[in-house]
Amino acid sequence: MTNEELQSYLTGRFPEAEIKQGVQYVEMTVTDVTLHETAVQLKASDEISFDYVFCLTGVDYAENMGIIYHLESIKHRHTMVLKVRTADRENPAIDTVSDVWVTAKYHEREAYDLLGIHFNNHTDLRRLFLEDGWGFPLRKDYVDEIRIVER
Amino acid sequence: MSEIKEVIINSDRLATDEYLVNMGPQHPSTHGVLRLLVRLEGEKVLNVQPHTGYIHSGIEKMCEAITYPQIIHLTDRMDYLSAHMNNEAVALCVENALQVEVPDRVKYIRTIMDELARLASHQLWWCVFGMDLGALTTFFYGLRDREKILDIFEETCGARMTVSYNTPGGLMFDIHPNFQKRVKDFIKYFRTKLPEYDKLLSGNVILRERTEGIGYLTHEDAIAYGVTGPSGRASGFSCDIRKHQPYSAYPFVKFNEILDHRCDTLARYEVRILEMYESLSIIEQLIDNIPEGDYAVKMKGVLKLPEGEFYQRVESARGEFGVFIVSDGKKNPYRVKFRSPGFSNMFALNKMAKGHKIADLVAIMSTLDLIIPDIDR
Repeated sequence: MTNEELQSYLTGRFPEAEIKQGVQYVEMTVTDVTLHETAVQLKASDEISFDYVFCLTGVDYAENMGIIYHLESIKHRHTMVLKVRTADRENPAIDTVSDVWVTAKYHEREAYDLLGIHFNNHTDLRRLFLEDGWGFPLRKDYVDEIRIVER
Repeated sequence: MSEIKEVIINSDRLATDEYLVNMGPQHPSTHGVLRLLVRLEGEKVLNVQPHTGYIHSGIEKMCEAITYPQIIHLTDRMDYLSAHMNNEAVALCVENALQVEVPDRVKYIRTIMDELARLASHQLWWCVFGMDLGALTTFFYGLRDREKILDIFEETCGARMTVSYNTPGGLMFDIHPNFQKRVKDFIKYFRTKLPEYDKLLSGNVILRERTEGIGYLTHEDAIAYGVTGPSGRASGFSCDIRKHQPYSAYPFVKFNEILDHRCDTLARYEVRILEMYESLSIIEQLIDNIPEGDYAVKMKGVLKLPEGEFYQRVESARGEFGVFIVSDGKKNPYRVKFRSPGFSNMFALNKMAKGHKIADLVAIMSTLDLIIPDIDR
């Protein structure tokens, strides 16, 4: 599907989501409650079948945390971006999509490690790079005590 | 260490003839500081858990404090064998965000350098793959040829590995007057040497016995785990960004995406060998036709990206490399994420190694071609 076709298809399929054409990809924003259900449908639906997550990014937006999924369909060769924001910033939590896309399991662990986003129902949510007591360095209010980033 | 304690305390989880072995972080076959916690029954692998973070350098955090041209120099340090492709991804991302069209000359030179870097990377992979299986001679053959590529890099941009040759808007310098001649000499030379690789290792009975049918990764699993690059293509996963979302001069050249459907370690080995032939053919198509023109577009002194989100995918030597920039309109990015190929590839290891011997684990890991700073970032 081209981006226009994809956009109109998604608008019909997910009437409650906010869908727009971004700089490169079609961007769909969903609420944290509907995320898991949307993910299941995006993968299962034959017309779109998004089966490959090529990037999963956590972002600290001062008032809450955002998670951005870059999806591709290997069958149809189209791409899209799925976005979601957590309700809370201090203790952000969101449903995992690792049962839908396996690779998300490890990307989610990275987001947990660096941003402290908790993924509900994740089977193996441990720190990935840093020690247990370490803060969450990619948060904007992280205090860089050893001055490794800004001298 | 906590996982070991946990397993030891919960002794019902560990049968009497099972034991846990720490492989790494200083094990020679992990090619860096990767630690694998391997659960064994005799010599049989029951489970492999990779533990990362030994060389985590916080590159994404550092990027938030520096400007876009500076970021390019950090990307070298992630996957140091695909340094040029990583540089290019950031340069392309910034150029697309600012809607700058670079001259054709830049595109051609970038693509030639990409393929040279890919060749050098695959050569080094071939060296260490042989060595991991106990064939030390391959190391000398591979390094002999790789040296010639590194010499070309050195003459072009002063650095042998961390090239930093790209800059937003083009290249740091023009190519050296000898560049075309030296690259053509290299291709002529390497065309005669590449069949030697096959003679020396590919047909070897021991290699075949140790790789055929070992480390099976199905097509579906390759997609599910996001295993890209030669490792993914050996499972029949068509994931070559050069083909599907061509950038730089890739739309101008003809080449084949090497796919293999055997899904085992031998397939991953052969895909890389065949990719070297494709890389040579891509360079041959471009080297005589480098257009005249500027080697860079004049850019502003301080680059500020418009507000928004920008993504760029490139094909590095070990898979899909992506740069994701969230900009808030300032001279440094709000958030940068690097999608490194090794990160996704590594976590498929458990799937592939389960049920095989521990010696096969070394072979499987070697064909994934992991670079640890690329995973830890």
